[in-house]
Amino acid sequence: MAGIGTAHLRPPDETLLQVEHLVVEFPAGRRGLKVNAVTDVSIDVKPGETLGLVGESGCGKSTTGKAILQLPPPTSGTVTFDGKKLSSTSGESLRRLRTQLQMIFQDPISSLNPRRRVEDIIAEGLSIWQIGDKDSRSKKVDDMLLTVGLDPAVARGRRPFQFSGGQCQRISIARAVMTEPKLSICDEPVSALDVSVQAQILNLLEDMKERYGLTLIYIAHDLAVVKNDSDRVAVMYLGRICEVGNPNVLYQQPAHPYTSALLSAIPVPNPEVRPEDRQSLAGEIPSPVSPPSGCRFRTRCPRAEEKCAAEVPEIRPIGDDQFVACHFPLSPNDTVPPTEVVGASTSGATVG
Amino acid sequence: MTTTDPQPAQLSGLDQSPDGDPTGEPLLQVTDLKTNFTSDRGRVQAVRGVTFTLDRGKTLGIVGESGSGKSVLARSIMGLMPSNATRTGSVRYGGEEILNAPLKVMREYWGDQMSMVFQDPMTALNPVMRVSKQITESIHEHLDVSKDYADESALKILESVGIPEAKRRLRQYPHELSGGMRQRVMIAIALACGPKLLFADEPTTALDVTVQAQILDLLQEQQRERFMAVMLVTHDLGVVAGRADDIAVMYAGQIVERAPARTLFAEMAHPYTEALLQSIPKLEMPNHTRLQAIGGRPPDLVNPPQGCKFAPRCPYAQDKCREVEPPLEEHGTPGHAFACYYPVNSAEGAEALARNRAAHVPAANTTDPTAVVS
Repeated sequence: MAGIGTAHLRPPDETLLQVEHLVVEFPAGRRGLKVNAVTDVSIDVKPGETLGLVGESGCGKSTTGKAILQLPPPTSGTVTFDGKKLSSTSGESLRRLRTQLQMIFQDPISSLNPRRRVEDIIAEGLSIWQIGDKDSRSKKVDDMLLTVGLDPAVARGRRPFQFSGGQCQRISIARAVMTEPKLSICDEPVSALDVSVQAQILNLLEDMKERYGLTLIYIAHDLAVVKNDSDRVAVMYLGRICEVGNPNVLYQQPAHPYTSALLSAIPVPNPEVRPEDRQSLAGEIPSPVSPPSGCRFRTRCPRAEEKCAAEVPEIRPIGDDQFVACHFPLSPNDTVPPTEVVGASTSGATVG
Repeated sequence: MTTTDPQPAQLSGLDQSPDGDPTGEPLLQVTDLKTNFTSDRGRVQAVRGVTFTLDRGKTLGIVGESGSGKSVLARSIMGLMPSNATRTGSVRYGGEEILNAPLKVMREYWGDQMSMVFQDPMTALNPVMRVSKQITESIHEHLDVSKDYADESALKILESVGIPEAKRRLRQYPHELSGGMRQRVMIAIALACGPKLLFADEPTTALDVTVQAQILDLLQEQQRERFMAVMLVTHDLGVVAGRADDIAVMYAGQIVERAPARTLFAEMAHPYTEALLQSIPKLEMPNHTRLQAIGGRPPDLVNPPQGCKFAPRCPYAQDKCREVEPPLEEHGTPGHAFACYYPVNSAEGAEALARNRAAHVPAANTTDPTAVVS
């Protein structure tokens, strides 16, 4: 998988965010080794659109999200946001641009300062930038708490530990939306929550998107969760993009064997579907310190051939708004053989 | 729930005795189990009268939201309780009453007869102890064997849970392993002495979907091989659907619906079960489909509401529900019990739902003062 190329990008004048050839590497150990967290990833987001970024732990999806915000700046590649190159911006001008870029984190409880009151947490962005006077900020906090489904009279004076996980995530969302950002990056916003609360938060994100015209990048490991909120989905594996497309197409007809494997791993609430009958992905994601040559998914791929080890597949269109980086993509009639043996053992250290 | 036990193809080498219950009693029999915690705010009624049986070779899925008491139930049965907890009722394991048994007696059971796989493998494993030591610890505790024999068993068990290069892994520490590997180690520790009863408390919640599928497959495979009874605790009906023989849905410390898995999905009766199922995003739905979330939160277990505890969030609730708590009773298909006056897919239920919709009763009157919108 896991290919290179920019065939899936749309004209720059239509997009709010354009990320090209993003590379993020971290030093590993003393011997000059490096972790190839993100390798040549290109994505774009149109205004008002939600891009779902999906993959297993260790695929580089969160690193991509953070690199867009320049936290830390990527090793190479360009990030163009609203016509400005973030990668060549720094210091005060980058700080000013950051009000337009917000992040909602995975663990709602640890991402809120336990010692501060909810009203201060939510108003912090406004206070820092001196937006409005004290009264108008206070009014805005009340409105925002109501919008995310919390009673301002009760909630504003409390501290994060007095709320449940779902409520803390509502507070996080309120905080992120307060400065009216043009782009919000949600990093696994519901993976720490129960299914019932997860549905509430997913609905809330949809509502907030409509109300504030948010543009979102939605990072998750669960394809089912992403589908609901996304207009476009990009699947990542070991630092590279596998497949990009409209979720309605991508879920019905995955072209990349990895997308197909991710889909079949979703537990289905139907007792007639016996999990053992479905193909499941064996082994674990290889180490990003020494990723496989060619297509990075080949060590676990049931369709891998010699070519996959030799050549990195390039992203190419395969259908209407569907792009895949695979030498041997699935066609609609294909059934994937079970991947029992392939890649059952992974070489070297594994990273979860 | 007793059915003929299928003969296991191959029992694990550690336990060859068929059942160990000459009386024909089920392996685990829980009767009217209640667990309370004393807290500053008063008595928390975490488990409020749970009754069920579990046979060897069977999997019981316990499903519910956070705070429904499902984890406390598992820990109450095993006797892993803090000092501010009190338990009443009865827990019989292989015919012996073990509720409130002294610690010395319970230590004989833990690991040897029953063990638990915890949710978060990083915090459940000891970070400063090698994997080998963590596995052999319980072998030495329960079996009088040599060090070499224990080490050999640890290697075998680690291989059997699908860890490649098991020999090298034995010498490693938990931080050197990925999340999926750690959970495999947890399972290896739990299985080391060949328990007959395994509790899996949200074993895959902290894991990726792909790894989740692997771990659940592994648990199922080990259960069949060892002919264990498994209690699989989860908040996701999808996780237990194809894997549990019976499913019990818990809400506010009680079982509100219990049935064989197929029956539960085919003849779903409790509105809470229906609501849990509907809140799962489905792949068939086009994008931007509004999910049917359950409004509000589970009730405060210090002062649970009168009547049915789900009534404040239930779209079917009538006055009767808010006054008298419905009992858990069997209706229709044998083995299918539920506690509801206006079950889903019944004439009464349809009527109640229509009446509420006509009166514009909000789907969720939440019991939580800080939440105003569902």
